[in-house]
Amino acid sequence: MAERKATALWDAKIVKVAFNDSLRKFDPRIQARNPVMFVVEVTALAVTIILGRDFVEGRMALAGFEFQIAIWLWFTVGFANFAEAMAEGRGKAQAETLRRTRTETQAKLIDGAATKLVPATQLRRGDVVLVEAGDVIPGDGEIVEGVAAVNEAAITGESAPVIRESGGDRSAVTGGTTVISDWIKVRITANPGETFLDRMIALVEGAHRQKTPNEIALSILLAGLTIIFMLVCISLYPFALYGGTSLSMPVLVALLVCLIPTTIGGLLSAIGIAGMDRLVQHNVLAMSGRAVEAAGDVDTLLLDKTGTITLGNRMATEFIPVLDVREEDLADAAQLASLADETPEGRSIVVLAKRQYNLRGRDLAEKDAHFIAFSAQTRMSGVDLGGRQIRKGATDEAVKFAAEHGGKAPAELPGIVERIAKNGGTPLVVVDGAHILGVIHLKDIIKEGIRERFERLRAMGMRTVMITGDNPLTAAAIAYEAGVDDFRAEATPETKLRLIREEQAQGKLVAMIGDGTNDHRRSRRPTSVSR
Amino acid sequence: MLANAVIQVGIFSVLVTAISVPLGLYMARVFAGEPTRLDPILKPVERAIYRVCGVHPRTEQTWIEYAISMLLFSAVGMLLLYGLERLQQFLPFNPQHMSAVAPDLAFNTAASFTTNTNWQAYGGESTMSYLTQMAGLAYHNFVSAAAGIAVAIAVIRGFVRRSATTLGNFWVDLTRATLWVLMPICFVLTLVLVWQGVPDNLSAYTQVKTLEGATQTIAQGPVASQETIKELGTNGGGFFNANSAHPYENPTPLTNLLEMLAIFAIGAGLTHTFGAMAGDRRQGWALFATMGLLFLMGASAAIWAEQRGNPQFAAAGINQTASASQSGGNMEGKEVRYGIVNSALWATVTTDTSCGAVNSMHDSYTPLGGLVPLVNMQIGEIIFGGVGSGLYGMLVMAVLSVFIAGLMVGRTPEYLGKKIEGREMKLAMLFILIFPAVILIPAAVAIVSKAGLAGISNPGPHGFSQILYAYTEASANNGSAFAGLSANTPFYNWSLGTVMLFGRFMMKIPVLALAGSLVGKKAAPPSAGTFPTNGVIFVILLIGVILIVAALTFFPADALGPIVEHLAMMKGKLY
Repeated sequence: MAERKATALWDAKIVKVAFNDSLRKFDPRIQARNPVMFVVEVTALAVTIILGRDFVEGRMALAGFEFQIAIWLWFTVGFANFAEAMAEGRGKAQAETLRRTRTETQAKLIDGAATKLVPATQLRRGDVVLVEAGDVIPGDGEIVEGVAAVNEAAITGESAPVIRESGGDRSAVTGGTTVISDWIKVRITANPGETFLDRMIALVEGAHRQKTPNEIALSILLAGLTIIFMLVCISLYPFALYGGTSLSMPVLVALLVCLIPTTIGGLLSAIGIAGMDRLVQHNVLAMSGRAVEAAGDVDTLLLDKTGTITLGNRMATEFIPVLDVREEDLADAAQLASLADETPEGRSIVVLAKRQYNLRGRDLAEKDAHFIAFSAQTRMSGVDLGGRQIRKGATDEAVKFAAEHGGKAPAELPGIVERIAKNGGTPLVVVDGAHILGVIHLKDIIKEGIRERFERLRAMGMRTVMITGDNPLTAAAIAYEAGVDDFRAEATPETKLRLIREEQAQGKLVAMIGDGTNDHRRSRRPTSVSR
Repeated sequence: MLANAVIQVGIFSVLVTAISVPLGLYMARVFAGEPTRLDPILKPVERAIYRVCGVHPRTEQTWIEYAISMLLFSAVGMLLLYGLERLQQFLPFNPQHMSAVAPDLAFNTAASFTTNTNWQAYGGESTMSYLTQMAGLAYHNFVSAAAGIAVAIAVIRGFVRRSATTLGNFWVDLTRATLWVLMPICFVLTLVLVWQGVPDNLSAYTQVKTLEGATQTIAQGPVASQETIKELGTNGGGFFNANSAHPYENPTPLTNLLEMLAIFAIGAGLTHTFGAMAGDRRQGWALFATMGLLFLMGASAAIWAEQRGNPQFAAAGINQTASASQSGGNMEGKEVRYGIVNSALWATVTTDTSCGAVNSMHDSYTPLGGLVPLVNMQIGEIIFGGVGSGLYGMLVMAVLSVFIAGLMVGRTPEYLGKKIEGREMKLAMLFILIFPAVILIPAAVAIVSKAGLAGISNPGPHGFSQILYAYTEASANNGSAFAGLSANTPFYNWSLGTVMLFGRFMMKIPVLALAGSLVGKKAAPPSAGTFPTNGVIFVILLIGVILIVAALTFFPADALGPIVEHLAMMKGKLY
């Protein structure tokens, strides 16, 4: 499922099914849904009847002419049917792949102490399953135990794995995604037929495709034009009669079919289906055609900073020593303090030290190391190693720590800290006992290519607004770097709602992009559009 | 004579542009109820009218109330005119003792003047008493024009108001259009026409002895006062049968120019009224430019076709080239006073709008020259158009254009920030659909019925053109004639009268409904992704949509009329 690849245009199986479907679509009850093609079919039938009559009565020259016209008319209807059937067929093929994912997945249902293998389709709400590294998550659910890296490329298109863990707002998992490390226990929250995957299947199959507002308006235009042109052709008969010519019905029909908008009328639904299909290929899940149209109308796009504009985690980018401390010593201390720190920030410090000074991670178990984990009270983490007490953490806490050990903060420290904050970074002060060694510059990393994407959005007429809980200084720096049009700093969920209402009051259509992790899990949809 | 054409058309175009801007801005003020210089005189009159009629000027109407008011007002006016015509022999101001007008003709005339068509199946000086002319016809000349302006203003409000429910008050718009717009201009223009020699009296007809000794009756009457509103209100119903070709209606080159300007003035001005009310003057200029370009296309084609004349005449050795001593070209049915350029220009102007006054006989035009007026009307008379009807017709085409453009851009189409959705398309299509229906269906009936064929005066395609033209001008509410058709028969009187009523009111209702649907929407501010409707690209697109819709609808019919006639003429066959 991860390697969802584009189906070849002329896949023999699809073509064959589509051909059969297109024959079925000649049924006038199906055609009646499309006024333009219905007219073509009715006239085709009429011409065929006249052809039959002339053939039986032996008017061969006339019959030959009528035969040509009848062929063209039937071909026109047939081609429109075939195009629609092809679009549907491709959607069905894709749905088939998705469905196979679901039916072939085996779930490790936890039954008391043991687990047993059951097909994923048999899971009911409330069942708890075990998912281990390499397994496909069998259904939508909540993690009740464990933490794992999950590859959600199948539904989000984001290739970087995300961490899902029990409790909090990162506990929801989706069927069809893959666990790539560790294990989790998942309580299933959706019965078969209601899962995300099921909805996706229904969508690509085009089974529940509703006409979009613009499609309805266009259909009205096409129907109106068809009526006008029928009037034109019908009135032409008496006009020609006055001129001493009797126009035969096949001739008038030929003119009518030339005039009425058969191309767009015949292909409209095929275009709609193919459009949804194409979106799915790009890992965009539009829940309805209406949503796609609304997306096209968006005037203002609100974006969460974290996870949307920036990679969710801050990364160490620089070691800034104070006074006469060597940069390398600072890096070494910082790395030691972070060795046991499994947070992305902590790992990034280890990696940076390794890259810049070739400092290897050491096996500290031998050295009688004692790790201090981060806590909300101390706002520091670090290590006690031999006689050294190395800590890294918030500026004021680190200064206090040094003071407790008889040291004091160097005069230049506040300047460094402020400079980092001004550039949108987070300063992390490293202290070794009484000595403050320096500052680690943690930086929000802007996703690659995001600037270019904003430029393209701007060209489409969308204004981008970044929303972040950061202070205005940091926010401004990141907004500048990412190239958004505007930003709101120190934002709360209420700020977001207020901002949306403000924009809507001006008549704008507002869209919101974010992973929703900070928003009370209001919505699992990555993007939502509200009018 | 190219220079002559360029100078004449150029001067006219510059004057139209110059007049339209102040007039349009003035109308925007009038209908917003803002103070104007005429207030000291007109305010008391306005208040008196409201008091007598029981109008509450501050009460606004929804589109349905507005439409009902407009329909009731027109229905009552039409009945009164019918009564006046039927009873004129018993009423005063009838020095020539005209008898009662026949029922079918009275119906046709009542429908014709109520709908601002002013098709005349009668000869004015030989049918209507002075009272009928003044109290019946001239009254309708004013109020049918004022009703058209009122509906246009209501439609503009539908486009520019936001999240509202009402479109204004019909009675107020009607009164203000008459008092502030039509009356003052007519007052001034009438005096100018009188100065130029147009009579305005209530005398009996004058009997004179001609140089040859024969006796000639010269018709008299209140001509100048009727002439101005006839042009200004794009009515077109002449006091005399010969209409503006009659020297008493249109005596001098100056009156010819002034009358043409009067025909375009309000229609052109309303585009700027639209721009001013929309708060973006360029929106008005875009519509003005669209109309102006279409006008120039038509005028060039008509002048070219008429100046070229008839190749068969040239082959017969007749000199048709323009020179200092003659206009050249096809002068059949044209006044020597006006020549080719001013005749063809007038023909274009009168059919661009729904005026229909003529200073030359369109029936005598070359096939292609006669095609221009026909196409102008088939486009829907939206090139400046009838007072009011031209603007709202153009707005419907604009809605259609932004819809098509919106689908190409990939955004929900917007016009002035209002989203164009299914309901709007339905109403716009209804508006567009009714027009060909009321032309083609009755024309098809007429062309195969005995009563219909009895009216045509020329055989072959020209006869067909006469019938097609008659139903086209009736549904477009133009009222000009391809004069060859003998239309004063029960068949034509009833059918054309009905077509006029359909062409007027069946199109006003959907357009008011469209305005009613738009007025409730909120307007999105324009963003970089909005398709701008005030630029060159929009003008080009709009012209394209207008021409393509008209061509697809009417080309097959036109091909059997003027076009085949033209081809036959080139081959040496004339009708």
